[in-house]
Amino acid sequence: MNKLERDERLIRLALLAVSFSAVSVLAVVTVFIFSEGVPIIFKYGFRSFLAGMNWYPSEKSFGLLPMIAGSLMVTLGALIIGVPFGLSCAVFLTEFSSKRLRRTIKPAIELLAGIPSVVYGFMGVVLLVPFIRRTFGGPGFSVLAASIILGIMILPTIISITIDSLLAVPPAYREGSIALGATRWQTTKMVLFPAARSGIVASIILGMGRAIGETMAVIMVAGNAVAVPGSLISPVRTLTSNIALEMGYASGEHRQALFATGVILFVIIMVLNTIANLTSSRKKV
Amino acid sequence: MSERRPVWFLIAVSFIVSLFSCSRGSTQNEIIVAGSTSVQPFADRWAEAFVKGRAGCFVNVQGGGSSAGIQAAKSGAADIGTSSRELKADEKDLKEIVVARDGLAIIVHPVNPLRGLRLTEVKQIFSGEIPSWSYLGGPDEAITVVTREEGSGTRGAFQELVMGKSRISKRAIVEDSNGTVREIVAGDSNAIGYISLGLVDNRVRALELEGVKASEESILEGRYRLVRPFLFVTKGELVGMARDFVDFVLSPEGQDMIRKEGLLAAR
Repeated sequence: MNKLERDERLIRLALLAVSFSAVSVLAVVTVFIFSEGVPIIFKYGFRSFLAGMNWYPSEKSFGLLPMIAGSLMVTLGALIIGVPFGLSCAVFLTEFSSKRLRRTIKPAIELLAGIPSVVYGFMGVVLLVPFIRRTFGGPGFSVLAASIILGIMILPTIISITIDSLLAVPPAYREGSIALGATRWQTTKMVLFPAARSGIVASIILGMGRAIGETMAVIMVAGNAVAVPGSLISPVRTLTSNIALEMGYASGEHRQALFATGVILFVIIMVLNTIANLTSSRKKV
Repeated sequence: MSERRPVWFLIAVSFIVSLFSCSRGSTQNEIIVAGSTSVQPFADRWAEAFVKGRAGCFVNVQGGGSSAGIQAAKSGAADIGTSSRELKADEKDLKEIVVARDGLAIIVHPVNPLRGLRLTEVKQIFSGEIPSWSYLGGPDEAITVVTREEGSGTRGAFQELVMGKSRISKRAIVEDSNGTVREIVAGDSNAIGYISLGLVDNRVRALELEGVKASEESILEGRYRLVRPFLFVTKGELVGMARDFVDFVLSPEGQDMIRKEGLLAAR
């Protein structure tokens, strides 16, 4: 009896320690990024970081605007490509296909999520970039290439969460709508989408988070020029690429400026995550 | 127990002392090598190989840039300063040792009709003043300029040797290694980039500069301009472990290590 109680307490303590270690990693990362990055932001001023157009670390000019614009453009592009595809696919699989077809296609789509990003990047360099160069001109390394690659990469996130939220809509809604004479598409459009809205929005925001945080595949296909892209076929650099590209040789204030890049990225992703959490928790009400 | 403590204490102390002293018995057991970030990776490799056979020796390799390295050697903050540029006139009181040389090749796609460029033309291409190959007698296609990331030593040397005070265009594609620059130039017939001479292969073509072919020979003859020395800089004569380290770097073993990395040997 005593022994069992003791074991129980030990296991509880051990599990508690493990869960806290996960949280403490987050704390360490946060503290580290902010303590390294925030001082330089204050030294040169918030505006020169957020609104500066020039990134010349060797001349002490640390404008991140081209990279912020780059991240947003590429992410928006990924959503424009990924969302319609993802939602159509999810609707087809839940509403218009047989259960058997869904059971084969859904795992295949989830497998997409398991492909390492460097492989997407490599495919992009070998197939997509030359294709864009031949078809649209320019160097090929471009906003368009990065958007397409990211659009494909966020598909699994969007599809699987949307499928789950469509399936979570009570069957009575669906049956009621059909019984009133609505077609399947009318039912989907007017009943299921509104009912599953919060889940769908959450899937899009999580996809957005994945797109904005992706680094390797983007570095490989985006061209990484430090200018606000003038067109879809211009090269572009994202915040994540900026850190990964330059950390190798960066020292002193250059290094701190890369941490400052991390701070801005961190804030953007935190905001996205919070929005995602809020919208998905509203679902239960 | 208390009687045994001094014995253990002595053993522990002698063990720690043995850890921190060079097996060769010199008094100095740590040298500081500081400076150029382009030399740093090679200095790291040399240091690693150098201390392998010498228990208790440390070679502390630091970055900071060529100017900082020269300054550190001057002030005595570092035993050896490293530089990837020539010494200026007012720095000539220091002793310099060439430990390696690195040629920079301007590369284009093999189908590019251009054989060579003048240095000023290279500068205008990279600054964005010449946007199309048609300006140089080539096809009417936009030039894809490929450069290295800010902070890279190769970019630093290119900036110094070619660009001078001009900036490399913001619209240039930026890649983070010689290898990816070569890969992009090999895949895009309108591209131009620069890489270490040792890494040029048959998928790209190195341009002639001012009519001089980019090759080891023309560098050895002093005719090809885009070459930078990797220097070790010291204040006065070297002694002790710093002397040993430089001897190792200049030995066939040390020089072989950098030749494998695509650099040119010191001599």
